[in-house]
Amino acid sequence: MSVPRYWRETPYRYMLVGGKCSDCGKIYYPIKKVCRVCGSRDFDQVKLGDRGKLVTFTVIRSPPSGYEEYTPYVVGIVELDDDVRVISQIVDCDIEDVRTGMELEAAFRRASTDGDSGIVMYGTKFRPVIS
Amino acid sequence: MRKVGIIGIGCTKVGEHWSTSLRDLFAEAALKALDDAGIEKIESLYVGNMLSAHAQQQEHLGALMADNIGIPGVQALKVEAACGSGGMAVHEGFKAVASGLVDFVMVGGVEKMTDISTPEVTTALMMAENREYSAFSGITFVGLNALCSRLYMETFEVKPEEMMAFPVNDHSNAANNPHAQYPFKITVERAIQSAMVADPIHLFECCGIGDGAAVAILCPLEIAKKLKSPVIEVSASTTATNILNLYERDDLLDFAATRRAVNQAYAMANIDKKEIDVLEVHDAFSIVGVLSLEALGFAERGMGARFAVEGKIALDGEIPTNTMGGLKARGHPIGATGVYQIVELAMQLRGEAGENQVEDAEVGLAQNVGGVDSTAIIHVLRRN
Repeated sequence: MSVPRYWRETPYRYMLVGGKCSDCGKIYYPIKKVCRVCGSRDFDQVKLGDRGKLVTFTVIRSPPSGYEEYTPYVVGIVELDDDVRVISQIVDCDIEDVRTGMELEAAFRRASTDGDSGIVMYGTKFRPVIS
Repeated sequence: MRKVGIIGIGCTKVGEHWSTSLRDLFAEAALKALDDAGIEKIESLYVGNMLSAHAQQQEHLGALMADNIGIPGVQALKVEAACGSGGMAVHEGFKAVASGLVDFVMVGGVEKMTDISTPEVTTALMMAENREYSAFSGITFVGLNALCSRLYMETFEVKPEEMMAFPVNDHSNAANNPHAQYPFKITVERAIQSAMVADPIHLFECCGIGDGAAVAILCPLEIAKKLKSPVIEVSASTTATNILNLYERDDLLDFAATRRAVNQAYAMANIDKKEIDVLEVHDAFSIVGVLSLEALGFAERGMGARFAVEGKIALDGEIPTNTMGGLKARGHPIGATGVYQIVELAMQLRGEAGENQVEDAEVGLAQNVGGVDSTAIIHVLRRN
C-alpha cells in the first residue's frame, strides 16, 4: 500500500466518515461524487454511527498478503444503525460464537503492516457489544 | 447496424502452462482460430485480460499480441472488466463489426495465473472491488462470494449438499472435454468433504487457478455465410454494471447487472428464454451459478440451488448448462473465460461438442461476470 494512497483515505477509515446527500439524505460509505438516487452533487461529510448488526459473514482461511497473522479471521457485512453498511473484520470473540444478527460496535484497530519496514495500517473493526 | 457472425474458434487446454509465456499462450489460441476461419488477415484485435500487470508486469497487450502473431499495425487493445474481461472483449469486437467500421475482428482472452503464488493471486483478485474500502477489510474474492452463500442458504433454508449440484454437473461434463482443466467426475459427498476455503464455501465449490487462452474470429454475417457452414450468428451482445462493492447493495442476492444485461439481450435477439438450448453460466463459485440461474430468469428467486439439484441443468435436462465443464471444471483463467464460453457455445451449435453434444442445439446464451456481478456481459449465439 503506497503512503499517499493510505494517507488520503485515513479520515474515512479511522473515524468511519461517510457522505450524506444534502438533497435526499442518503448516506454512502465511501462518499460518492454524485448521488445515485437523486442525482445531486452536494454531499456533507458525516461520521457514521458506531453500532450495528451483522448481516452475513465468512471465515477467511486463505488470506491475502499482509493478513496472514490474523488467519483464520471473520469478515462480515455490518448494517449500522443509520442504515448504511460497511464491510469489516469481526474481532474480540471466538469464530464459533459469531452469528448472523449479532449486535456489534466499532473499534479502532491495527489492520495490516506493509512488510518489516513499511507503514503500519489502522482502521475500524467491529466487535460484539460490551454491555 | 450489421449482423455479426463467428467464423473461427480456438482455445488452449486450461492448466499449468509453465513453459509458455502469456504472449505465446494467446498466439496458440489465435492461430487455431485463424486456421479454423481459413483467413489470414484481421483488422482489429481485442485482448481480454485482468492480471497481466500484476502477474507478468506487462501491459499494452493489444500491441504485444498483434506483434507476436505477425500483424503489428492492426488496431489492437487490451480490454479489462475483471473476470468479465473476455466477454467484454467479445462485446467490443461485436460492436466494431456491427458498426461497419471493420470487417474481420479477432476477439480473445488470455490469463496466466500460475506465474505468481496463490497469496499473490488472492491479493490481486481483490482488484475487482474498491481496494481502499473492500479489500482493506481483509476480505478475499472467495470471501465475498461466501457472504452471499451464507445469506442465501440461511434465507432460503438451502443445505450445503444442495449447493454442490453445480460443481458436480460441471465435472461430469468436463470429463468429456479435452481442453478442460479438471476432466474428471466428482460426487456430492466428495465435494462436501473438501476443506473450507471461506466458510461456508468448500474447496470443491471454487474454480481453480490456471492458465488458458481462447479466441474467436468475428465478421459480418453476410461474409460469414459465404465462408462457413453452419454459420453462427451473434444475435445479441449486451453489458451492464451494478454497484461495485457487494456490501453497498441493498439486496445482496440480486444479480442486478446480469438481470439488466440479459433483458436487453433477449430484446436484442428477439427471443424468449424458452428458446435457449444451451447455457453458459459464470459459476466461479457454486453460489454464483445459483444466483445467475435466478437472475437469468431460469429459476425463481431462492430456487436456483433446487433447480440444479433437480437435474434441470444436466445435458439431458431442461436447460443444459456449462456443457463443457464451466468455470469449476473446464477452468477459469480469468480474462479468457468469457471467450471460452463463446468457443464452447459455438462448438455446441456447430455440432462439434462430441460426447457432450446437445441434440439440435440452435440457440445458446453465455453469461460472463466481473466481480460479484459488478459487470455482466451477455451473448446470444444462434445457428443460422
